[in-house]
Order: sequence, then structure tokens, then C-alpha cells
Amino acid sequence: MLEIEIDGKKLTVPSGSTVMDAANSIGVHIPHFCYHKKLSIAANCRMCLVQVEKAPKPLPACATPVTDGMKVFTHSDQAVTAQKGVMEFLLINHPLDCPICDQGGECQLQDLAVGYGQSGSRYQEEKRVVANKDLGPLISTDMTRCIHCSRCVRFTEEIAGYQELGMANRGEFTEVLPFIGKTVNSEISGNVIDLCPVGALTSKPFRYSARTWELSRRKSVSPHDGLGANLVVQVKNHKVMRVLPLENEAINECWLADRDRFSYEALNSEERITKPMIKQGGVWQEADWQTALEFVANGLKGVIAEHGRDAVAAVATPHSTVEELFLLRKLMSGLGVDAVETRLRAADFSLKTAGATWLGQSIADLAASDAVLVIGSTLRKEQPLLAQRLRQSVKKGMQLAVINPHGDDLLTAKAAELVVRPDQLVEGVVQVLRALAEVKGIALQPNIENGSGDIPAEARAVAAVLAGKEKAAVLLGNIAQQHPRYAEIYAAAAAIAEATGAKLGVMSEAANSVGAQLVGAETGGDVFAKPRQAYFMLNAEAEFDVQNGAQALAAVQKAKLVVALSSFSSCALEHADVILPVSPFSETSGTFVNMEGRAQSFNGVVRPLGETRPAWKVLRVLGNVLGFAGFDYTTSEEIRDEALAGEIGPRLSNALAAPVAVKAQAASGLVRLGEVSIYQADMLSRRAPSLQKTADAAVAAQLRANAATLAKLGLAAGDRARAEQAGGVAELAVAVDAGLADDVIRVSANHPLTRALAGHVAAITVAKA
Amino acid sequence: MLSQESLAQIDRELAKYPADQRRSAIMGALRIAQTEKRYLTNELIEFVAGYVRIPPVAAYEVATFYNMYDRKPVGKYKLTVCTNLPCALSGGYSTAEYLKQKLGIGFGETTADGKYTLAEGECMGACGYAPVMLVNNHSMCSHMTPEAIEKKLAELE
Repeated sequence: MLEIEIDGKKLTVPSGSTVMDAANSIGVHIPHFCYHKKLSIAANCRMCLVQVEKAPKPLPACATPVTDGMKVFTHSDQAVTAQKGVMEFLLINHPLDCPICDQGGECQLQDLAVGYGQSGSRYQEEKRVVANKDLGPLISTDMTRCIHCSRCVRFTEEIAGYQELGMANRGEFTEVLPFIGKTVNSEISGNVIDLCPVGALTSKPFRYSARTWELSRRKSVSPHDGLGANLVVQVKNHKVMRVLPLENEAINECWLADRDRFSYEALNSEERITKPMIKQGGVWQEADWQTALEFVANGLKGVIAEHGRDAVAAVATPHSTVEELFLLRKLMSGLGVDAVETRLRAADFSLKTAGATWLGQSIADLAASDAVLVIGSTLRKEQPLLAQRLRQSVKKGMQLAVINPHGDDLLTAKAAELVVRPDQLVEGVVQVLRALAEVKGIALQPNIENGSGDIPAEARAVAAVLAGKEKAAVLLGNIAQQHPRYAEIYAAAAAIAEATGAKLGVMSEAANSVGAQLVGAETGGDVFAKPRQAYFMLNAEAEFDVQNGAQALAAVQKAKLVVALSSFSSCALEHADVILPVSPFSETSGTFVNMEGRAQSFNGVVRPLGETRPAWKVLRVLGNVLGFAGFDYTTSEEIRDEALAGEIGPRLSNALAAPVAVKAQAASGLVRLGEVSIYQADMLSRRAPSLQKTADAAVAAQLRANAATLAKLGLAAGDRARAEQAGGVAELAVAVDAGLADDVIRVSANHPLTRALAGHVAAITVAKA
Repeated sequence: MLSQESLAQIDRELAKYPADQRRSAIMGALRIAQTEKRYLTNELIEFVAGYVRIPPVAAYEVATFYNMYDRKPVGKYKLTVCTNLPCALSGGYSTAEYLKQKLGIGFGETTADGKYTLAEGECMGACGYAPVMLVNNHSMCSHMTPEAIEKKLAELE
């Protein structure tokens, strides 16, 4: 500990602290631009100059380590003169176009210029002009405003993991730019908008649409991945104008993924449906709520009376809130219907665990692991911010190993990597288990078949990463969870965790995957395999939210009654019989339980659009119309308290309820690797125009394979290929993906171009189109 | 994109640094690439970055920061005359002026026959030999009086 005096106040700080840290700890504000607590120290803006006793000249607070007995003056004449001097230089080339600048009102340069700037400028010469850059569909540039703090450059390199921006040229000609012809394609790129202390980088979708002081700030929770990032939703005239991060060190720190930040565009989409609609005689007609609800109630009762209660299934995406899913389940049990399913993207429903599957620990604990093994995950696209956290942990010495059906770059060092065919994921995990058993001299569990053949060196390397680590974790990603042999993968992963003392964790696919399990909304299994007479669909779109979308669509089209509770018309209009317009997350109160088992409740940030109503209210009234008891809730909090009664912790468990037989299978021939691309995962991101223009969205429209496989098929990059699966056909552009195993065809799933295809991991045929 | 010899030289540069700090070799790698190809195109910068395994923009930062990297075609002989203070006091400007007259080009220009490019340089750390001139970034010529220039140009013919 070191003693320091700042502006006459004495304090002690840990050694290694900077003057900036020390000042922050006692709430003394030192003006700064380039300093950011999550980024490395650059000390290039010079705004934080302070006076230090016995130092011959002012020192930058952000880069000056505290020494014992140091006396710092942050507001002395010398300090303020230095700060004012720096400000004068910063403003020399700044255009001062605040009236037309989107940053106006939330600009650090503007704010500090009030405190340290002068009313006029002594600079008479011509100011410099810098050409704008194309950074992609999300970030708008006005590079003349740039003050070269380099926060964005450091962000792409240190946080996003790949330096996409750089500082080119020198002196007066310095400019921030991406490499010629490239854009910024990171899945967390939007954070540079928040980081930019001036208006050089602003939000493209939000541009020129509102002023910061016109917006009210309302807290919410991201409805996308299982992390549950905290949001500040900014609202003007009952319309969501933009989304910013709400800092929560335990979850999203101060970041947001682009999906969390820009999916709001869908909330104001033309496709929003605002009135209940009923299809009569093949023609859609608007109806009032009472008529529509009675239609639904009578329809469901009719189907049950005629075909029995097993003829009805309710499906919902795990992006629905706890309250919605709880009421859905309650409504269905009132009708006597058992089948309520949220695992729509699963192919294997046989896994039984002692409680709700979850991360197995808190996100912060996971980040403090010594070693992490990720199995079956496109981690950066499935959980962008968790990937970011693990990247920071790797820098601090964590070892990261992966078993994956692809070799995607995690933009961080992988200590070991085993790439397998997607249909050999189980075998890959078992190989690592065998390697571990050899190292540790233990026998495999009797239910796990040993398998034969040599253990590849890569599997041994993965085992070596986990062996002997104090704090290790084994994580299962979306590819594993959506795999047709999920239970086997899970059992083998659990055995690895047991053998190494690691914690087993499941990275939740969606914002409320854990909540869905807690309310028991996982009783249906594959409800589309055997078509039902009636489907009750909450926030779910058959061809986009179900693994085998083609099969689901066919089942839905054949059904007598399809009730769609949806915010959007497009898919529902095609095959529903009645549409009840329900609120997206921004217009309803609710609760999501994230992957670490944390229940986060939020309120609606705007009022429901048109006649849209929160789904929990619709389900409640539907319960009343059907005459069920126990549907008298007046607030969503009452439902939550009933749904999540008691502590959540004890109800989470990744322990297997019964041993799963793991049997090695041989595989050959072409196999599909189908993962749901980042911006197709849920209703909102699918309809966010800016996200659909990103490089990630473009990649999802390609058919990818390694060069050898393409050569075998007579294909080359840039060709068009015809992929066929179970009678469904997709025509796609071909691209090379060197990270894939031989005979693997990577075609993203639940995509408009590929929705006719069947299973994510299944045989596929490919020919030149 | 580069010859085996150049790649072997870049490998030598890479071997000078720890395996996790390959980016340290980028300056040497760009210099080697420029020596072979005369100047650095964006494609060449991207290639070198790929070889050193750093993002292309990180190599671009380096290539645009140092003025001894040429990003536009230069003549067969690039003559860089120092005009910093010690050289200027010892006749650096007249050296430059003499060359301008002789070659009929200004700073940053190339003769029509593509033989000479004239560039203004910063201190080369040889003020005792002022005025100094650099030929093709690698060979230093000292005491560049008009006679010395004539002699040097004759050598370069």
C-alpha cells in the first residue's frame, strides 16, 4: 500500500495504482479522453495532466504510477493551465460542428470544453479535413471530428480481439481507418460508438433521429443470448430510438453485443402486427380482442373434443419471459394438454438432469477459471460477450481448449483444439475422455463405450489442458445442444468434468432458457415429428425457430388450428389461423433467468404498439375466457413470484438423472454442419435491417467446405451450389472454410435461403447449381 | 508474392523475437518486401501482414508512419537529401537545389525516364558528414558537394 495525497486529501492505494485510479477511488474527477478503465493506457490525449510535487512538469494522471508520499494537485494553477493548453490544441482541428453532430449533448469534448476551453480560438489557419471511412452498416463516421484518442483502435485489438482499426500516417496527417477496402466486422463492434469521446464514430441506424436530451433512459434486459446483458433503452414519443449498455460488472461489464444494441430496429418494423386477426374462409380479417380470444378458446376446445388433448401442442421460444411461459404452461394444463415445448432447436430430447441445466457457476467465477474446455460452440457468434470475457481471461493466463466441428478463430489463443466432423462430436469428446483416463490411470464409466483406435494428439492436448487444473470448466455450446446426440455429448462431457474436477456448464441458447426449464416448459419433445391437429405458438416461427424447420412448417400447414401469439405478421400470416399480436420485450414487463441462474426482471419501456398486448395479459385473459381458476393476476410480478417461488439456486443442477449410454458410431459421406447464424437466432434480430447488412449475415448465406471437399465436389469458391436434404433444396454461393474437417458442408440453419433443409447435423448432398 | 530469398530473410527477422511477439518483426519484414518490390502496394502490405500473422491494418500503420517506406512507385535510384538543421547549415539545401536543377524534378518527384526519385529526408544521424544523402534507403553518401554529387551520379549511370 502506498500513501498519496490528492488535492490535500490523504489516502492509501495498492502499489501499482496510477494517479487516475487513486483519484477515481476518492471521487476526484480528472478530465480525460483516451483513458478508459477497460482499455490499455495510451496517454496520448494529454488531457489528464496534473501537477505532482517535485515533478518538473505536469504528468499524465492515467500513466503515472503512484509513489509513496506523492502529492498530486489536480486543480492547481499549473494543472489547469496545462489542461487548458491541451484543450486548445484539441480544438484547433476540431470542426466544432456541434449543432449538426449526433454526439452533441453527450460529447466528452463538448463537456470538457465548457470547463477548460476558451470562448474564442487563437487559431486562424485552415483546419484539416479528414475523409470519412466506411466501417460497415452499424457505425457512421465523421473523421474530421476525431481527436485521435485511439480508444476505438485499442478496443478492436484488446476487447474484440482483432485489430480492425488502426492509426495511419503521422503528425497532422494521422487518421483512424480500417485497412483499405475492409470494414469493421466484429460482433461487438458497436461498442466503439460508446467509447468514442467525440462524434467521430456514431450509430448509423440512429443517426440524425433524436437528440440525447429528448430521450428518456429506461432499464431493460437483452432478450437475445443467455448472458442477459443489461440495457438502457432510450425512448422518445413512445418509440424505442436506440439501445445502450447499462453497466453491470457481473454480466456485460460496460459492453453490448451488436445484436443487443441494434436489434431494436425490428421493434419499429413495418412487419409489426397491431390488431388481432382471424382467417375465415382463407381470408384474413381484423377482429377485436374479445372475438379473437373466443375464437381461440372455442377452437382449442373443439380440437380437444374431437381429437383428444394429445392433438394439441404449445411451442414457445426460450426468448419468452418466465411469466409468459409459466402462464402458457398453466393454460395448457387447464386444457389438459401436456405438450409444452421451448427446446425448439433441439434434435435430441432425451437428456434428463436433476435440475435446470445452467452455466454451473457465475459468469464472474467462470472468467476466473484456470482452464476452460468449450464443446460444440460457435462461441463468438452464440455468446459474443462471454467470448469477450474468456478472451480477457486467456490474457490473464487461462487456458482455453475447444472440441468443435469447425476451426473458427476465437480471436484469442487456443491452448488445444480438436476439430471433428459434426456427426463425430460425441466420439471427439470420448477421445479426450480416453486420453484423460490414460493420464489419470482411471477407468471409463461402464456406460461409456471405450471406442477403439489411436487417440489423436489433438485430443491428448485437450486433455492435458484440463488435467491438474485447480479451477476448470467444461462448457457446452449451441452446436452441442442442438446436436442429434446431445445426451451422449452431455454424458461424455460430464465424465470429463468428473475426471478433472471441472465444473460442467451449459451456455444457454437464449435469454430465458434457464427460466423455461424452471417453469417446466419442456414437456413436449419433438412436437412436429408427429403432426398435431392444433399448435399454439408463442413468439415462435415454425421455419425459423425449429431445428427441422421444413418438417415443422409442413406440420403447421396441415394442422386444423394454428394460434400464433406473435409481434410480427410475416410468418404468422402464412400458416396461422388466428394471430394475437403480443408485445416484444420492450413493451411488456417480465423476467429472464440468465445462464448463471440470475433472475432479472424488467419493465416495459414503451407502451404496446396499437392494440398489441403483453403476452402474459393475453394468456391471462384467455384463461378467463376458458373459465379456468387461478388466472386472476393483476401484475406480472404476481406471476413471477408464483413461477419462481423459493430460491432458484437449489433448482439448478447439471447432474445427470440417470446414466446415458454413450456408443461410438462410425460416420462417412457428406455431412452438414448447420448452426443458426448470429442474426437469425430470434424474431428481432431477423428483422433488424442493419444487422442483416453485416458481414456475419452475409456469411450465413454461403455454403462452406474445405478446399479438398470442394475439389471433390467439383466446386470452387464463388460458384453456386445446390444443397439437398430430405427433399428440401437450397441454392447458395460457395466459399472456402479451411477450418472444417473433410466432407463437412457448413450451411447455416433457420435462414431464409436454407429453411427448406432438414436437420442441422445430418447427411446432405451437394451439386453444382 | 515475394521471392523465397525475401521470405527467408523475413523468417530471420521473425526468429529474432519471441514466438508470441511476431509483430515486432513487421518493420524488418516491410523493409525486405520493399527492397524486393521497390515499393509497398496495399496488396503487398496485406501479404506481409499475413506472413507475420498480424492484422493488415497494424502493418499499414507502420508502413504509413515511417517515411522510408514508399507506397508509390519510385525511380531506380531514390535519392534522399537530409534538410534537417545540421545538414541545412552545412549546405543541405544547396545539395537539394543542385539535384533539383540537375534532374529537373522537385521533392517527391520521379524523372521521366524512371531513373531517379528525389526525396527530402530527416536526420540520418550522421551530422558530422553533412550534407548527407541516402541512395535507395540503404547507402549513405557524405559531404555531398556538387562535385561529390556528380561523381555519385556517374557511378549510378
